[in-house]
Amino acid sequence: MDPILWFGWFRADIIAEYAMMFWHGLQITILVTLICITQGTALGLAIGLARLADARHSPARQICRYLLRWPSTVYVSFFRGTPLFVQILLIHFAVLPLFINPADGLIISGETARSLKQNYGALLSGILALTLNSGAYISEIFRAGIQSIDRGQIEASRSLGLSFWRTMYHVVLPQAFRRMLPPLGNNAIALLKDSSLISAIGLAELAYTARTVAGAYSRYWEPYLTISFMYWILTLGLAWAVKRLEARYGRGDTR
Amino acid sequence: MDEVIRVEGLTKNFGDLRVLRGIDCTVSASEVVCVIGPSGSGKSTFLRCLNGLEEASGGRVLVHGTSVHDNHTDIDTLRSEIGMVFQRFNLFPHKTVLENITLAPTKVRGVSPAEAKQRAHDLLVKVGLLDKIDAYPNQLSGGQQQRVAIARALAMQPAIMLFDEPTSALDPEMVGEVLNVMQTLAEEGMTMVVVTHEMGFARRVAHRVLFMDEGMLVEEGSPEAVFDTPREERTRRFLANVL
Repeated sequence: MDPILWFGWFRADIIAEYAMMFWHGLQITILVTLICITQGTALGLAIGLARLADARHSPARQICRYLLRWPSTVYVSFFRGTPLFVQILLIHFAVLPLFINPADGLIISGETARSLKQNYGALLSGILALTLNSGAYISEIFRAGIQSIDRGQIEASRSLGLSFWRTMYHVVLPQAFRRMLPPLGNNAIALLKDSSLISAIGLAELAYTARTVAGAYSRYWEPYLTISFMYWILTLGLAWAVKRLEARYGRGDTR
Repeated sequence: MDEVIRVEGLTKNFGDLRVLRGIDCTVSASEVVCVIGPSGSGKSTFLRCLNGLEEASGGRVLVHGTSVHDNHTDIDTLRSEIGMVFQRFNLFPHKTVLENITLAPTKVRGVSPAEAKQRAHDLLVKVGLLDKIDAYPNQLSGGQQQRVAIARALAMQPAIMLFDEPTSALDPEMVGEVLNVMQTLAEEGMTMVVVTHEMGFARRVAHRVLFMDEGMLVEEGSPEAVFDTPREERTRRFLANVL
């Protein structure tokens, strides 16, 4: 392909040549982000509730303390207190081979394990690491959101005869969710950007694509500027979606 | 008369603070009992022990013969029999008036949505707020919110209604509309326990008045007896301050 120069220096032909690769990278990035947002939110809700678990009577009181509050606190502390990059490496090179291994995998072994690792290893570890990491952050958002709801709301609901879980589902979480949307949106944006770290273990997402293209042509402006704009547009899209959700769930808001 | 609530030796401590120091009393069906007393006397805590919002430190509370604070009691079923109205209304801000009223009947009692809506409709007529059926709580005045809160509690068709200072958070001009609804309810034979600072209401509507001070039931009797010829010095002092 003949060099196409934009503004006298930008080699647009490189981007055109690798368009399909960027497109696939974009799809992987979006896929990983969406899966991790969904799973991270579910995990964050579970961990957030575990951190708030309490009961009035033993043995439930002790169970809440030692089997729910303590482990969840340690979990959050670990995943917030260590670098995501290290977590990705740890999970990909140490944890995953323990479970999926051709020789002696704890869950899957043999030929299935070999092909799984080869084809989807980086994807699996990347999604796992990012989910576990964002779950820790999101659990703190849930915890703060739930705690911010006036006790009177819970008392009114319980005094009507609604159980604890129904109170959570119908009264507390819908109100907490509204307040949690801005921090959840921030988290989703951070997650999208952090997904670029998975390129380190060889997942062919956007950042990996840019590195490949840069290596092939020894040109750096073109690929990295291109994916920068792609990430930027994606984060703008996420921010817009969060704003829409806020408007939708803002019914009955005092402000 | 049928005994609906029986309280025996009820005590409640918050840490070292002894909020309730042994309360004994009963409430009969269709009786309206007003609890008065200075702030910090334990009135609200006493009321909140009746439906198990507060744990008891000692003694027990029986509602229809069922122990409220027993671990084996199905507290949700018991609470669905006991309506409660709060000082701060506590309407669910993310739900409309209609949704506030129909939530518990449909989810707890399994009432069909159509019937729950009909019930909400009737109750809103009763409290005079039918035109607000689709409003959100923040679009209502305090008095309107409290009347919706009463309708919400009544939608469960409870046997007992508890009121925790229902007019204390209201602007003066809205107190009357809430008290009127409560008076109608009393005249219809609802069993009511009302913690209140509205002495006029207590005198007019209550069958029995309980005066509490420092976690103890100091005096009880008919409104005339308590307000006009109080036996205890503490009651006299309190009434002299508020009347």
